[in-house]
Amino acid sequence: MLGKLTWAAIPFDQPIPLVAGAVVLVLLLAVLVWIVVAGHLPYLWREWITSVDHKRIGVMYVLLASVMLLRGFSDAIMMRAQQAVAFQSNGFLPPEHYNQIFSAHGTIMIFFVAMPFVIGLMNLVVPLQLGVRDVAFPTLNSVGFWLTATGALLVNVSLVVGEFARTGWLPYPPLSELTYSPGVGVDYYLWSLMISGVGTLVAGINLVTTVLKIRTKGMSYMRMPIFCWTTLASNLLIISAFPILTATLAMLILDRYLGFHFFTNEGGGNVMMFMNLIWAWGHPEVYILVLPAFGIYSEVVSTFSGKPLFGYRSMVLATMAICVISFTVWLHHFFTMGAGPDVNAIFGIASMIIAVPTGVKIYNWLFTMFGGRIRFATPMMWSIGFMVTFIIGGLTGVLVAVPPADFLLHNSLFLVAHFHNVIIGGVLFGAFAGYTYWFPKAFGFRLQEGWGIAAFWFWLIGFYVAFMPLYAVGFLGMTRRMQHFDVPEWRPWLAVASVGAGLILTGIICQIVQLVVSIRHRAELRDLTGDPWDGRSLEWATASPPPAFNFAVMPDVTGGDAYWAMKQRAREEGAKEVDYQPIEMPRNSPTGFVCAFFATVLGFALIWHIWWMVIAGLVGAYTTFVVFAWRDHDEYEIPAEEVARLDRENLAARRGLVTAAGGA
Amino acid sequence: MSIAVAHGYDAQVIGLEDAGHAGPPSKRIITGYGFWIFLLSDIVMFSCFFAAYAVLSGQTAGGPTGPELFNLRNVAIETAFLLLSSFACGMASIAAEVRSHLWFYIAMAVTCLLGLGFLVIEFREFADLIARGAGPSRSAFLSAFFALVGCHGLHVSAGILWLLTMMAQVFAKSFRADILRRFLCFALFWHALDIVWVAIFSVVYLLGSAA
Repeated sequence: MLGKLTWAAIPFDQPIPLVAGAVVLVLLLAVLVWIVVAGHLPYLWREWITSVDHKRIGVMYVLLASVMLLRGFSDAIMMRAQQAVAFQSNGFLPPEHYNQIFSAHGTIMIFFVAMPFVIGLMNLVVPLQLGVRDVAFPTLNSVGFWLTATGALLVNVSLVVGEFARTGWLPYPPLSELTYSPGVGVDYYLWSLMISGVGTLVAGINLVTTVLKIRTKGMSYMRMPIFCWTTLASNLLIISAFPILTATLAMLILDRYLGFHFFTNEGGGNVMMFMNLIWAWGHPEVYILVLPAFGIYSEVVSTFSGKPLFGYRSMVLATMAICVISFTVWLHHFFTMGAGPDVNAIFGIASMIIAVPTGVKIYNWLFTMFGGRIRFATPMMWSIGFMVTFIIGGLTGVLVAVPPADFLLHNSLFLVAHFHNVIIGGVLFGAFAGYTYWFPKAFGFRLQEGWGIAAFWFWLIGFYVAFMPLYAVGFLGMTRRMQHFDVPEWRPWLAVASVGAGLILTGIICQIVQLVVSIRHRAELRDLTGDPWDGRSLEWATASPPPAFNFAVMPDVTGGDAYWAMKQRAREEGAKEVDYQPIEMPRNSPTGFVCAFFATVLGFALIWHIWWMVIAGLVGAYTTFVVFAWRDHDEYEIPAEEVARLDRENLAARRGLVTAAGGA
Repeated sequence: MSIAVAHGYDAQVIGLEDAGHAGPPSKRIITGYGFWIFLLSDIVMFSCFFAAYAVLSGQTAGGPTGPELFNLRNVAIETAFLLLSSFACGMASIAAEVRSHLWFYIAMAVTCLLGLGFLVIEFREFADLIARGAGPSRSAFLSAFFALVGCHGLHVSAGILWLLTMMAQVFAKSFRADILRRFLCFALFWHALDIVWVAIFSVVYLLGSAA
């Protein structure tokens, strides 16, 4: 009746996951009870859960990423603590638990923190920057978000029901095959990534179509803000790389569930085919994450330097070059496979070549700042911190791209330090810059500056203290994923690294305090104009938070830095009378949420081999789509008077500020 | 002075910007475009299974090889069924274009029957192989074969489910704009399955029996 699921699946003998799970469960229940008792449920359902508004979906993506960041970071701090004390002792985490923690940490940080964070920011901002009212496929967008949430939920369920994979964040066979991992851990990994992978693919299709097809009048390709370009590049990578992940995981699933021999030791299976396939997805994946971050830095650096971006065309070219080259370097993840000097040399050179367009970008940002009137607001601080940190990470990357050097450094903590260097210093700093930069656009008030600066310094210093020692200890020969060790030379470095993790924890606490303080003081931090940073692109041309329809009248773009030009023109010519028209917007739909509910049921049933529940999940998901396809009214109309009222309010606020500023 | 009055743009100015971009196209174009992108990503997924088949096709682990297993006569019939069903699907597109309910149902029913015929033959082929001890667990070659051809078969099955839903939709809602957009996607999907099948036919069956 319940497949492999029995009471033995609950780890009663392991206090850490059980207590952690219990605390989370109690918190979750408390929040749910509060929502129901306080009567917020109808509001949440109407305005958020069923929303197909790209801004709301973007905010929910970022919220999911933030919550999962806490989960992933608690894994990280446990690992750092374990290695700090595990010199000639077993530490406090038994091996099977430690292995689950490092696997979960990597999986969560990549798939459920970095991915939803950047996809959320793209969803929130790109349609606004393109000057349009919506994305190409609003309901599908909601489906994509909720499927991602399903994946995250399944990973968290594994904490208390069963176990998670012990194979590392990429389940290399033959370890991940049924022979060596008979438990449900790998199955949790596989199904949560299959389901969230579908969500990511849907988000990719939606955003590519949006950028390529839905732009306002006059918004030709070479007038798009760089963030739109990096969004395009990143999502092109999603639609061409994520199917590879789906296929690879499907093969492993077939091996584990139906006795196929894709990657097994016996029957002629080929283990190295897994490495090739997974990294043919995995290397583009790192560019899927970092390209949007590059876009954010471009927007931030240009805005806070008060200058158009230096070398716009070279930036576009560099972005698209990275997009293409990222598919030709995957083999550098396993030079040690022994493909021979020719193959290794080709991939080593390709890996070094990809550093060239990245270097172009760094120079463009530096020259944008050169001669500019720089304002050191929080987003700008993250951007400068990124430039310094990312160069170090990039250089160590070029170092391990040299095959002979890689033979020495492969799977060492040097490598771990390198990819944290580029992912924290590149992706995460970018995500935080974007979060601070666009928060006032999403909510209508700014984040408090002081706590933001404090968080930045704790993160930056914490990062260096935590990861520079790992470079050193990697040179001393320490391999990754060690539950305990016997080499006394490593000990002091690992102790320092754990202090770094503590500093990062302080940074995260500062960020939480910042959010709470900002919400409490939102009246003082309120931005009525919709343009708090003196921005240059179209998202600042509308109110904050923008109305559901984004723009009362679709902007007509005549050049790059579209909003900057409008402001100049408005200063010279004054405002014009606008002819308001009624606007059609897509209706909200519970399709995404209901579909994700059935996907959760389906995933859970597949993990535990509960076959009747699998069928129920499939039938439910299909029925949901048919019901959605059957509806007759998928749009509603906002009357012209309402559009005019909202727009005039915002215009009046902007004029008021102009008068105030003119008087000063 | 940092904040200025926006919305200085004039919505009425038309035709001055030919260097620019005309604004969003119709919904039909957007939907079709998005579905094309989905199809391309689906083809990337198939190409992984093709690559796996290419890598593993020699790994028979002492078991049967392609020439011993493949029956080209069956495959020829399968191919004919699938290509004809695509033709019928094209007829359904024309029927939808001229808003003929009767011809639409006829063409879709023919498409469906030919698709089912394809599936029946494929299912019998699979059942026969498994009965002869040449199931997917026998060798890596057979794993890759079953996964690749089975993945296409699953797509055809999903397509038939979609086809029936589509017929019911046209019956209930007639040729409404959103129904026609959906039908455009279905037709694209059905034709794409043909393209994948042509590749399977060539790479798996023709090359596989030649050895």
